[in-house]
Amino acid sequence: MIRDLVFVLLALLTVVPAFWVVFSRNIVHAGFALLFTLVGVAGLYGFLGADFLAVTQLMVYVGGVLVLVLFTVMMTHVPAAKRSRHGLDRYVPPAVFAAAVFGVLYKVITAVKWNVGEASTAPTTTEIGTQLMTNYVFPFEYVSIVLLAAMVGAAILIRERSHAGSDDAIAEEKQEARP
Amino acid sequence: MKLMYDFFTGQLGLDATGANISVASVMAVIMFTVMALCAIVLTWMERKVAGFMQSRYGPMYTGRFHGWAQAVADMLKILGKEDIIPAESDKGLFKFAPILVLLGSLLAWAAIPWAPDFVAADFDLGLFYIFAVSSLVVIGILMAGWASNNKWALYGAARGAAQMISYEIPLALAAVPVVMRAGSLNPSDIVIAQQGGIWHWNINPITNPFLFIAFFMYFIASIAETNRGPFDMPETESELVAGYHTEYTGMRFAFFFLAEYANLFLVSMIAAMVFLGGWWAPIPVLDRFIPPALSFIIKGMLLVFLNMWVRWTLPRVRVDQLMHLCWKVMIPVSLLCVVGAGVWMMALGQLK
Repeated sequence: MIRDLVFVLLALLTVVPAFWVVFSRNIVHAGFALLFTLVGVAGLYGFLGADFLAVTQLMVYVGGVLVLVLFTVMMTHVPAAKRSRHGLDRYVPPAVFAAAVFGVLYKVITAVKWNVGEASTAPTTTEIGTQLMTNYVFPFEYVSIVLLAAMVGAAILIRERSHAGSDDAIAEEKQEARP
Repeated sequence: MKLMYDFFTGQLGLDATGANISVASVMAVIMFTVMALCAIVLTWMERKVAGFMQSRYGPMYTGRFHGWAQAVADMLKILGKEDIIPAESDKGLFKFAPILVLLGSLLAWAAIPWAPDFVAADFDLGLFYIFAVSSLVVIGILMAGWASNNKWALYGAARGAAQMISYEIPLALAAVPVVMRAGSLNPSDIVIAQQGGIWHWNINPITNPFLFIAFFMYFIASIAETNRGPFDMPETESELVAGYHTEYTGMRFAFFFLAEYANLFLVSMIAAMVFLGGWWAPIPVLDRFIPPALSFIIKGMLLVFLNMWVRWTLPRVRVDQLMHLCWKVMIPVSLLCVVGAGVWMMALGQLK
């Protein structure tokens, strides 16, 4: 009984703000509503006995991704008066696309034969650590290198742009233009 | 916890679920009360320490003895203040932000091991969980700054969020060597691993010098993480009025205030737990006389004092200096600590 109640509460916490994210006219509100969805998903992970995954979800999505999203959204915020109301043409294509994705996902979920059982509440951290350092050490390192490359790439992109805009760069260009 | 659980199952005849929920509720009430009390004590302490650092008295009259009741009087005063919500603010978010900030620190309080078998949430991921839920505070600060619809508040929030997500990295990295040494993320296990007096605490530079460095990395990062001087860029009075809580009055302001001191106490308690042996007294014999929670709180309070000392002594740094310190000094040094501690433990065979 209580398990069902907890599940329903967590599911509502995930789904209701998700609708808010999609339908809110205020993009910053949408960003903040995402907080509840992400926390709800973390709660669902915890509910299923995946404690490490739940806390990682909080750490990565709430602590990192959401803060970035909010920063971006706040910087590009359009005042309320300038926001236009969209007609049906803006709703129908995304709705069709979303329905299609839902259909595919539903098909996949029902077609796969899941290994259903009682969720184990044993701590998972040790096992995850052992697996990452033994069976999955190559994928782990591979992902690390991809992320490192992405980080270096981002740093180079930012440096080039800020370099091009600075006075030094303009002065350099002038120097080069001189015969 | 076991005692309380037995009381609920035995004396009141509840089943396991009911007893668990009851224990959790009781612990939540206790934690919230302790948090509010500690905010009151710490405000008084802060004013006395500030006075001491600046060769003045601080509050002296309220309650006769060194103005001890001043903080209580301030709390009562703030309850009666008018609650002003700016007309152009985003009202829903404006009201929700202080709750979120307070929630972030209260959730983290759940995993602090006060004494053997006295933890609100005793689970294997404790330390990781503490660092993860602290990020709710960042969202709350952003929310407060944006909803206030005020330039200073928004600047303060942007600075605060940038600072907190940056300093979270050295903060968490500094705790990693300790996790490696204890072989567990569970706060209780980390404390138990330090049993046997001051010699066995993680800070001991002879056992592992990298843990000694990590302690200072943690301490500096924790000052920045709580947005206190010399890293109080989000609140710089001279530039931003009061930063992200510029527009807040009355109880809503008190929530931010409470959260600041709750966070200060939280990071100090984590430092005491991770590096200074938690509930163990410095000399093993003393463990028989001093209650474990008391020696834990004394260590936490000493670190709080150190934090206040730093705040009232050093001038504020600039934003670029702050970021330089974090990304170019503290993160590399913390990473070095992680690698160094690992190599040291492997060389001396201390690995578990």
